[in-house]
Amino acid sequence: MLKIEGVSKLFNPGTVDEKIALLNANLHMKQGDFVTVIGSNGAGKSTLMNIISGVMKPDAGNIYIEGTEVSQLSEYSRSKWIGRVFQDPMAGTAPRMTIEENLAIAYKRGKPRGFSFGVNSKNRKVFREELSRLGIGLENRMTAKVGLLSGGERQALSLLMATFTRPQILLLDEHTAALDPARAELVTTLTENIVRELNLTTLMVTHNMEQAIRLGNRLIMMDKGKIILQVDEAQKQGLTVERLLGEFERISGKKMADDRVVLG
Amino acid sequence: MLVSLVGAVELGLLYALMALGVYITFRILDFPDLTVDGSFTTGAAIGTVMTIAGSPPWLAVIFAFFGGAVAGTLTGLLHTKGKVNGLLSGIIMMIALYSINLRILGKPNVPLRGEANIFDGASVLTIGLILAVVAKIGLDLFFKTNLGLSLRATGDNSRMIRSFGANTDGTIIMGVALSNALVACSGALIAHSQNAANNSMGIGMIVIGLASVIIGEAIFGAKTIFRATLAVVLGAIIYRVIYALALRVEWLDAQDMKLITAVIIVGALVIPTIRRAIKSKSIAKKRTEEVLSSMGQTSGGGS
Ligand SMILES: Nc1ncnc2c1ncn2[C@@H]1O[C@H](COP(=O)(O)OP(=O)(O)O)[C@@H](O)[C@H]1O
Ligand SMILES: [Mg+2]
Repeated sequence: MLKIEGVSKLFNPGTVDEKIALLNANLHMKQGDFVTVIGSNGAGKSTLMNIISGVMKPDAGNIYIEGTEVSQLSEYSRSKWIGRVFQDPMAGTAPRMTIEENLAIAYKRGKPRGFSFGVNSKNRKVFREELSRLGIGLENRMTAKVGLLSGGERQALSLLMATFTRPQILLLDEHTAALDPARAELVTTLTENIVRELNLTTLMVTHNMEQAIRLGNRLIMMDKGKIILQVDEAQKQGLTVERLLGEFERISGKKMADDRVVLG
Repeated sequence: MLVSLVGAVELGLLYALMALGVYITFRILDFPDLTVDGSFTTGAAIGTVMTIAGSPPWLAVIFAFFGGAVAGTLTGLLHTKGKVNGLLSGIIMMIALYSINLRILGKPNVPLRGEANIFDGASVLTIGLILAVVAKIGLDLFFKTNLGLSLRATGDNSRMIRSFGANTDGTIIMGVALSNALVACSGALIAHSQNAANNSMGIGMIVIGLASVIIGEAIFGAKTIFRATLAVVLGAIIYRVIYALALRVEWLDAQDMKLITAVIIVGALVIPTIRRAIKSKSIAKKRTEEVLSSMGQTSGGGS
């Protein structure tokens, strides 16, 4: 489904500010894999997401989605395969447009956009059904501007918009990190349910160790631009937070440096 | 007095197309496009020269529309593909158009008197009203289509719309083209209404467009697209009425109009801000008193 081979990315190459954001990263995900990604600050987790989605192009290496080499395709042309939810709740929705207009935009993912009305009675019904699955009453506020929603509501809507067209790949970059614990819990539960129901191939960055272990069937750990540990389905069964942190210290020779790390 | 007010409303309706164009770039796309000063004259030049050459006036206006679209497309290309700063892209096109417009016109001032005129068949008021309403409703409908939604989202959150597969370079170019098409159309109509085109008639047009948008929004609000486009059309008319009234003041001249325009814009920008500040201050004062009095009760109960 998704294959990343020898992908590297430098920032400010050849200057004193040179940063190795990704170094020879390899990852192979099968259809339906749900991989959680952990790692210290600046490990390259967001860069990995940006390289897959096409926000940035790799300096070396190849990216295959369903066998197609996509590393030189623009972000917007890759969007037909990839759904994304960002860390910032403001990033995934258009605030001055209504909930149903936002959904209409998401509904057309990867399709040509012409002169037919974005919201019509037929897809409004679909939108209402989808919104009601979130269970937070957004189905009764479909003509409200998204800018009026709370962070948690916007993130739940972003999640729905990213997934309800069943993209081949779902990328989640700390999408609950900016929310208060209760809201984060809600969005996490929604994520779990949606990914399971639609059997989406998912890559999820999180700084919550307990969550990284509990969710998904595989786990990868990153440090200094490298994927330093890959935990497969069988190994992930008996994993604990202590063992995970121990592994990190053993491989990288330091403690997990992320003041936001949540242990469980 | 009444005659000059009717004239002001007529002009306002013709300028409303230009103001709607400015609304598309400044408000929908969030792209400060200064091409307007040039493309307005381009429209006037095309509308005039083609009419003199014998083509029907309505056809000349349609060609003006497309001429403006071409100018806007170039500005959009400069910004998106050439990575030139948005303001600068518009300024570059504006200055380039100045020469191009002179080429189209052949000389700085071209009279249209004695030629066919788009307002021959019906009054300026009728035609102006029809065109302004058609443009307003047309935009309202367009902004509800899938294409229109992606254009609005480009101005609102371009990162988001890219992640759903829209090419934001394309939507920006399209929006700037549509905007300048409307502006040029307005230029052609103004040329016909005043029976002449001249090479400097577009100077300051962007500011007049902005003034119309800001005045309209300040008075009528912009909660929905429907309301906002209505506000822009009415704002364009109100601007012309204020202009006409200001000219009746004894010690003001036509040459003071640019200054008056600046004052109008400052007023329309500052008054809502002051109003908001006063309102939030009074709310804060009220809330503070409430909090204080409730604290007074609890501390009183505790002692
Ligand atoms: N746009 C950028 N310009 C320069 N350096 C960057 C940029 N984005 C990320 N980096 C650097 O690349 C490294 C990886 O960053 P990132 O992928 O955001 O890490 P993470 O998401 O794991 O915290 C960091 O050292 C960061 O400072
Ligand atoms: Mg990050």
